[in-house]
Amino acid sequence: MEKILVGLKRVVDYNVRVRVKGDGSGVETEGVKMSINPFDEIALEEALRIKERGEANEVVVVSIGSGEAQQQLRTGLAMGADRAILVETVATPDPLSCAHALLEIVKRENPELVILGKQAIDNDNAQTGQMLAALWGRPQGTFASKLEFNGGSVRVTREVDAGLDVIEVDLPAVITADLRLNEPRYVKLPDIMKAKKKPLDQIPLAELSVPDSPAIAETGFEPPAARERGIMVDDVAGLVGALNDKGLL
Amino acid sequence: MAKVLLIAEHDGTSLNPSTAKCVACAAEISGAEIEVAVFAESAGAIAAQAASLDSVSRVLSNEATANRGALAAVLAPQIVAMADSYDYIFGPSTTFGKDLMPRVAALLGVNQISDIMSVEGERVFKRPIYAGSAVVTVEAPAGVPVVATIRTASFRAVGAGNSAPVDAVDVSADIPDHTRFIASETGKSDRPDLQSASRVVAGGRALGSEENFDLIYKLADKLEAGVGASRAAVDAGYVPNEMQVGQTGRIIAPDLYIAIGISGAIQHLTGIKDAGTIVAINKDEEAPIFEVADIGLVGDLFNVVPELTEALD
Ligand SMILES: Cc1cc2nc3c(=O)[nH]c(=O)nc-3n(C[C@H](O)[C@H](O)[C@H](O)COP(=O)(O)OP(=O)(O)OC[C@H]3O[C@@H](n4cnc5c(N)ncnc54)[C@H](O)[C@@H]3O)c2cc1C
Ligand SMILES: Cc1cc2nc3c(=O)[nH]c(=O)nc-3n(C[C@H](O)[C@H](O)[C@H](O)COP(=O)(O)OP(=O)(O)OC[C@H]3O[C@@H](n4cnc5c(N)ncnc54)[C@H](O)[C@@H]3O)c2cc1C
Repeated sequence: MEKILVGLKRVVDYNVRVRVKGDGSGVETEGVKMSINPFDEIALEEALRIKERGEANEVVVVSIGSGEAQQQLRTGLAMGADRAILVETVATPDPLSCAHALLEIVKRENPELVILGKQAIDNDNAQTGQMLAALWGRPQGTFASKLEFNGGSVRVTREVDAGLDVIEVDLPAVITADLRLNEPRYVKLPDIMKAKKKPLDQIPLAELSVPDSPAIAETGFEPPAARERGIMVDDVAGLVGALNDKGLL
Repeated sequence: MAKVLLIAEHDGTSLNPSTAKCVACAAEISGAEIEVAVFAESAGAIAAQAASLDSVSRVLSNEATANRGALAAVLAPQIVAMADSYDYIFGPSTTFGKDLMPRVAALLGVNQISDIMSVEGERVFKRPIYAGSAVVTVEAPAGVPVVATIRTASFRAVGAGNSAPVDAVDVSADIPDHTRFIASETGKSDRPDLQSASRVVAGGRALGSEENFDLIYKLADKLEAGVGASRAAVDAGYVPNEMQVGQTGRIIAPDLYIAIGISGAIQHLTGIKDAGTIVAINKDEEAPIFEVADIGLVGDLFNVVPELTEALD
């Protein structure tokens, strides 16, 4: 393979307890820790391993977002990506527009493989990879936990509700990474220094031909219905009693 | 009138319970006329089950060998070919629907609403974000079909007292051959299915080994319960991945959920928000799981669980 393209989305770190703003206009993201979407780290790790095995020559990371997403791209470069592209926009667009923007990058870069995360942990949409595959007219291997390359095709083991599915897709293809695909490496300090010298291109979103898509309006945010803290029992007899009281045994 | 096309989920022989829950969601849209599409290699029995679901007005049965394995790349163009006369195209928010529906949405040039948890109006829905830490109200644009996945744990399955007509349909669509189904490796188990079980017993990292997980199975057997696990337990190899409950595993809503040696990380809790009663057994009284548990017991699972199993005799 000549090239693998990996999507890196800047999201609120998974350890942050996200809260809805008092006026219901959104969630509090001011000053909270931001990171690479954890599934995207896995996607990048997989691409790097493929390259390190000698099965690919170049790994390019791309993010669609504000200038601040450069931080996450730099982290990606420090992990080992060769090059980064920031598609610059003020607000991250909807998934369909993200997919169109990624398609434009795909057309410029001609990768044989695109690896995205299976979902971004902020909006939890789990759409972008499938949409890119649809627009590109290429196969999708979603929720991947194992990839095996064989010439012009790849065998994808997919984590599905019932267990595992195995499919075979021809390249080029879009893969979305699930948690058990691999365990991402830690970034070492010297690599962070080296990453500063690696190329990071910026392309304004407006420069890509992304058609207007009918947007889904977000009209209000609220905290989820809270579960009340219940009772504590002292021992197994107390537990069995409490379950009986609720008619659960 | 609101015409709904619902894509049935099945394993090749029988209808998945997620479909009856999606029907319940669709039926909340005023004036909904619900048609269920079954794409299968051999659709007969599945279509008959779909036709028995209350509120379904018609079942469209599409039989083709290419439908085997429910590949998104194969099903999506067929759904798009049928989409014209529908206002809504729905699928379950299971791995089946999550794989398929965004591909359908993109081919139709629309965004998808993921994980509908309630119907608030003709085009207004609620859905969870940030692993369920927030709920957002969304409104789909007018003039284009609403493509959505439905968070099945938020809806109670409709009854099965109906006998809707089943019509065979033949859609002409270009079926790609770039994607091929190879195999399914599904954990065969005699226990109740995790997704639909009314009781679930789940174990976490604290179990410490695959052998120790036996404690969980024994308790589950006593309760005729399904068995679940935290990600930590799955990652450690104590149990297979299909048992994972949470943001990136199964989202379930049993009447009773017993969490044993599970700390209660937000990513785990998002999978059990709709459970009826949550019981937590943990040796750390500060464990976050106790903040959401209806009944909590502080204790060492290696003592408590065998004792509980025995007490249920
Ligand atoms: C109505 C509406 C309003 C919105 N308003 C805002 C807003 O005010 N501010 C804001 O920041 N966002 C906003 N968004 C953006 C939106 O919430 C998501 O960022 C975008 O829709 C992608 O969805 P997701 O993150 O859930 O992606 P998923 O489909 O869950 O992502 C899957 C994978 O796709 C790739 N991917 C997704 N997005 C990117 C990206 N940007 N760059 C690189 N790779 C990516 C990643 O690999 C990711 O793991 C809005 C969206 C909608 C629909
Ligand atoms: C992107 C992302 C997605 C994730 N998705 C999921 C998901 O879908 N599902 C999920 O579960 N997790 C998920 N996680 C992981 C999650 O954050 C937690 O790491 C995980 O749930 C922890 O599992 P645990 O509770 O078994 O382990 P721990 O957090 O280690 O908890 C073990 C608990 O056992 C207790 N304990 C120890 N010994 C005993 C004993 N002898 N008796 C009684 N109690 C004992 C301890 O007090 C502790 O509370 C995700 C994480 C990320 C980053």
